Amino acid sequence: MSGVAVLIDHDRGVPSGGALEALTAARSLAADLNAELDAVILGDGDLFDAHGADLVATCAAYGAAAVHCGRHSFLADYGPDAWGAALAMFVEAAGPVAVMAAGTDRGAEAMAQLAARRDLPLVANCVNVSPAGSLTDAPSDPAGGEAWRITRIQWGGSLLEDVTLTSTLPLLTIAQHSIEAEPCEGGSVHTTVADFKPDLGPEVQQTLVRDRVTLTEGITLSTAPVVVSGGRGVGSADGFAPLEELAELLGGRVGCSRAVTNNGWRSHADQVGQTGTRIAPEIYIACGISGAIQHWVGAMGSKNILAINIDPEANMVTKAGYAVIADLHEVVPAICDEIRRRRDRPPS
Amino acid sequence: MRILVCVKRVPAVGSRINVTADAQQVDTAHLGFTTSPHEECAVEEAAQIAERLDGDDHTVVVLTLGPEESAEQLRYAASVGGTEFALVLADSGLDWDPQRTAAAITSAVRELEAAGGQFDLILFGNESADGGNFQVGIRVAHALGRPIVNGIKGIDPHERGFTARRETDAGYEVYELEAPCALGVKEGINLPRYPTMKGRLASRKAQIQLLDCAADADAGGQSRVRLHRPPERASTTVQLGASAAAAPAVVDLLDELGVL
Ligand SMILES: Cc1cc2nc3c(=O)[nH]c(=O)nc-3n(C[C@H](O)[C@H](O)[C@H](O)COP(=O)(O)OP(=O)(O)OC[C@H]3O[C@@H](n4cnc5c(N)ncnc54)[C@H](O)[C@@H]3O)c2cc1C
Ligand SMILES: Nc1ncnc2c1ncn2[C@@H]1O[C@H](COP(=O)(O)O)[C@@H](O)[C@H]1O
Repeated sequence: MSGVAVLIDHDRGVPSGGALEALTAARSLAADLNAELDAVILGDGDLFDAHGADLVATCAAYGAAAVHCGRHSFLADYGPDAWGAALAMFVEAAGPVAVMAAGTDRGAEAMAQLAARRDLPLVANCVNVSPAGSLTDAPSDPAGGEAWRITRIQWGGSLLEDVTLTSTLPLLTIAQHSIEAEPCEGGSVHTTVADFKPDLGPEVQQTLVRDRVTLTEGITLSTAPVVVSGGRGVGSADGFAPLEELAELLGGRVGCSRAVTNNGWRSHADQVGQTGTRIAPEIYIACGISGAIQHWVGAMGSKNILAINIDPEANMVTKAGYAVIADLHEVVPAICDEIRRRRDRPPS
Repeated sequence: MRILVCVKRVPAVGSRINVTADAQQVDTAHLGFTTSPHEECAVEEAAQIAERLDGDDHTVVVLTLGPEESAEQLRYAASVGGTEFALVLADSGLDWDPQRTAAAITSAVRELEAAGGQFDLILFGNESADGGNFQVGIRVAHALGRPIVNGIKGIDPHERGFTARRETDAGYEVYELEAPCALGVKEGINLPRYPTMKGRLASRKAQIQLLDCAADADAGGQSRVRLHRPPERASTTVQLGASAAAAPAVVDLLDELGVL
């Protein structure tokens, strides 16, 4: 039975969070289409020896009826050509009714490689997918078939676009964090595991990961429970010292706006927003940031937002749950002092 | 070294994006236009690489597909290191889905290469600021038979090609590509320069070559129905204070949220 196939993007055997979201989205699409849910995992012998069982168990828990393991020595690590070519061969052999992946760096790139190889449309960063036939008012395409109706994000999530998709094989990526990853009730009853061996030429080796460098251990901006960000209002690179201190006291990370990176005050790795990092902390403390829409889309996943700004009308202030309308240079050190004072105080 | 950079003209939106009454476009009535930050950095990167290797004689071709007004973005590129400019005129009445866009850009690259020689490197943005399709560069590179890696935040040219770094959560991955090749770059790879006096002069004198290869590109399978804004999260802002005296209230909040 042909199914909805999901490419599980992973880093040396560890699936991305997005892959689990994509599996969740694909499971409901497969149900709509009355099709089976299939997972596709790419790796080499060593990778499957070390992580295969865990990966299969994860896919099974998310409802995959079958897991297809593409094995090749060129798939020992990530490479867009290797992944794209292997995926294209899987599609050729298995004939899925749709192929999906997460809108992560790897998911998006491998799917674009597949789309380019097969000259098929690819709808990126979907948040809602209605297959052909599921809507009574769906337009039909010139070739006679019906089109899929899809909602996707534009501008990093500031805008939505409804599109129709006319294709012999719908290819979709799922916008990250647009759906909660949810294992299916009771897991998959019986998951079959099948190997396939893509025939990869030496040309795919050019884009394999050659080396990697680890710079940060532990919490990153995207996983930090607290992010203390500064914008143009901070005024200088040195002005970030109190923000560093606050982040340190709270076990969080320092972020910033693009105005700050453009001024060279901080590295772009700290930038929150459309062209920076999406964050999802328990609390986001935005100091001297106006809240332009491109910044907001990176911050809106925060559970709580505290804006510290001298302008009560700033977008960041009006959108935040909490605000202090005052000079950040006075407020932030005062918060640090208060935290230290409470911590020094013997528990009563 | 011949380097090509593909940039796209996009509206410079502020704190809210408005859509036209027919829901087909961003309402740009009161907006200026800009180049996506990723692509601005791509132009800067191309200029830096070419200047380092060839000095003042460098060649950085900047291409855009869009309406006539996109010349504005090419002129800006001229002020910050671009040396040659190509505008692929796109009929604004058509649906410029990623497949059609890529097909038109591919023919334009072929035309530019036939006239001026092969590009050693073609740079794209990681994704366009508006559409965010994450695919046009990959489609073009594939059609030209060149390797491409997206998400690049560092490029070092060497004898046979380029070493490219891609950012990950923990650090970066290293790729080695042989020329000719393509890369999709991300903001942060460099700090784009501001136009100098000399740059502004170059911008005024820039010759823009018009290419009309867009007409033959067929529509792909993705077609726009409408644009709309996502529902806004309703919020009432709780004011914790208007001076440093708000600190205890802030720390109470941190305590309540369990992050203290
Ligand atoms: C395609 C595109 C992508 C973009 N991507 C991003 C992105 O990823 N991330 C991003 O951040 N931006 C992005 N931008 C830029 C964005 O549009 C804004 O220009 C930027 O976010 C503004 O940064 P800011 O809030 O620090 O500066 P400003 O807008 O200048 O705001 C400064 C704020 O500081 C306040 N302030 C000043 N002094 C003080 C003080 N002493 N105490 C307290 N408050 C003070 C002011 O009231 C003001 O609200 C992008 C733009 C484009 C076109
Ligand atoms: N109309 C265009 N003109 C020139 N380059 C474009 C155009 N559209 C997309 N690109 C390039 O392709 C990249 C990826 O675009 P996209 O697939 O839309 O996210 C962009 O960052 C640009 O470098």
